[in-house]
Amino acid sequence: MILFDDVSKVYRGAAHPALTNVSLNIQPGEFVFLVGSSGSGKSSLLRLILKEERPSAGSIHVLGQDLRRIPARKVPLFRRSLGVVFQDFRLLPQKTVFDNVAFTLQVIGKSQGFIHEAVPDVLQTVGLAGKAQNFPHELSGGEQQRVAIARAAVNKPEILLADEPTGNLDPATSAGIMNVLSRINASGTTVLMATHDAGIVNQMQRRVVEISKGRIARDEHQGGYQTTSIPLGEADTAPTPIQAEESGATPIRKNVDLSVDPDEVPSQFPWELRA
Amino acid sequence: MRLGFILREVGTGLARNASMVVSIILVTFISLTFVGTASLLQAQINEMRGYWFDRAQVAIYLCTDFSTLGGCDQQQATTDQIRGVEAQLESPSLQPYIETYYFEDRQMAYDNFREQFAGSQVVDLVSPEFLPETFWVSLVDPTQTDLIFEAMAGLAGVESVVDQRSYLDEIFALLNAGSITAVAVAALMLVAAALLISTTIRLSAFSRRRELGIMRLVGASNRFIQTPFILEGVVAALVGAVLASGAVWAIVHYFVRGYLVTELPTTVFISYDAAFATMPLLIGTGIALAAVASYASISRYLRV
Repeated sequence: MILFDDVSKVYRGAAHPALTNVSLNIQPGEFVFLVGSSGSGKSSLLRLILKEERPSAGSIHVLGQDLRRIPARKVPLFRRSLGVVFQDFRLLPQKTVFDNVAFTLQVIGKSQGFIHEAVPDVLQTVGLAGKAQNFPHELSGGEQQRVAIARAAVNKPEILLADEPTGNLDPATSAGIMNVLSRINASGTTVLMATHDAGIVNQMQRRVVEISKGRIARDEHQGGYQTTSIPLGEADTAPTPIQAEESGATPIRKNVDLSVDPDEVPSQFPWELRA
Repeated sequence: MRLGFILREVGTGLARNASMVVSIILVTFISLTFVGTASLLQAQINEMRGYWFDRAQVAIYLCTDFSTLGGCDQQQATTDQIRGVEAQLESPSLQPYIETYYFEDRQMAYDNFREQFAGSQVVDLVSPEFLPETFWVSLVDPTQTDLIFEAMAGLAGVESVVDQRSYLDEIFALLNAGSITAVAVAALMLVAAALLISTTIRLSAFSRRRELGIMRLVGASNRFIQTPFILEGVVAALVGAVLASGAVWAIVHYFVRGYLVTELPTTVFISYDAAFATMPLLIGTGIALAAVASYASISRYLRV
């Protein structure tokens, strides 16, 4: 499905390569977490899959196609079988939820009939059936991300790439988003999700690929977030929200006092937010 | 469906950049009006050339009591000398090349003069004896004036031989200079228009960068992404070109037909046909210019 063979990526003018000798094989239908600290190369890897960047060395096959062999004018066609979700949602503020999702189909030339069938369907899947005529600014962050997922999934892509989709969301909302992604994965779509959210990774127990300084540091089926790239500290001993919920305690993040200066990280602050 | 979508995009783009679009319209309007004016001047030159090509005559001026040039010695041409010129014109060596000729005596010349300069004070200063007797010669082929020059040179009683077309050449040179100036101004303005169009399209693309980003991400084809922007430039330039076509028509209607024709009744002027012939040129130039400028601009924006 996605096959990296000894891929390296050096950006022009950069001191260190973004990716070094990355080999990776993702099978159809898998759900893969991509973890690692900021700047480790997760986003570069996603951009390579999208053919937004070309590798400096090595070859990448996606959906059976060698990306080097796709001519520039065929790239749009290739991207139609991929869906992408971002941390910052990237919705069009002047369009309603329905139109935001429909936009994807309009610009690739789907018929009005198809659009009116597919859009309500996918909004149902992400749990936004009643909000079709709302504008993005009328929605919560979680709902906006659901719209973004609906937009990515409406064309039934074979691969869904998600770049920290829960990065801006609170744990409860994130759990909802993960639910939606799991459902999409269950319908056969391969999901590759870059994330910093340890709680989610630990709870889902899916394949985890850890990238550190541009190299694959770990590739584990049913792995957790334990990572060597974040220095061990007292924060590691703090329970994750999931563990806290399991132990019956109030989730820690609900207790965060908003009056605290956001730059001053309280010592009992959930550690995954610092990553 | 896709067409409707593209047209809607064009509409929002034009509305969003209204002031830039207005400036594109004005600049293309003015530059294409210059192009149109140059084209009208050329049409006028051709019109006059064609008209005079057939009508231009060679004048053989005979000596007067006051002339010192040519074979004259301050003595008016005698009847024998006049007969001699006429005999030359009738001679077998010249006769086949001459279509018609006629003799204009002093009184006729004076009447023509008064008619031509009616209302001017010069009429009062001139009396018939100042004006030369003239043979007016029309040639079968108006370019073969050399034959007359050769035959008449040095003939007694002939002051000078003048090809009327030499006067026209001066007028044509003047009109040509005017039309070259108009073309030069038009070229500069068209460069300005092209740059303005490409800037506007970049601005338009920038204000829609979210949509563009999503379009690229979900796999909209490049042509689909580019078309609204190209159309945006083309529509604005087309409006300018249509205005310029209207201006060209107005020049012909109000200035040429409405003013010049009555002021200068002896001169031929272009008709509306010339204006209508210019319009496709203006509209074609406007569309081509805008299409190329916006295509170049949007492809450069999208490549990044």
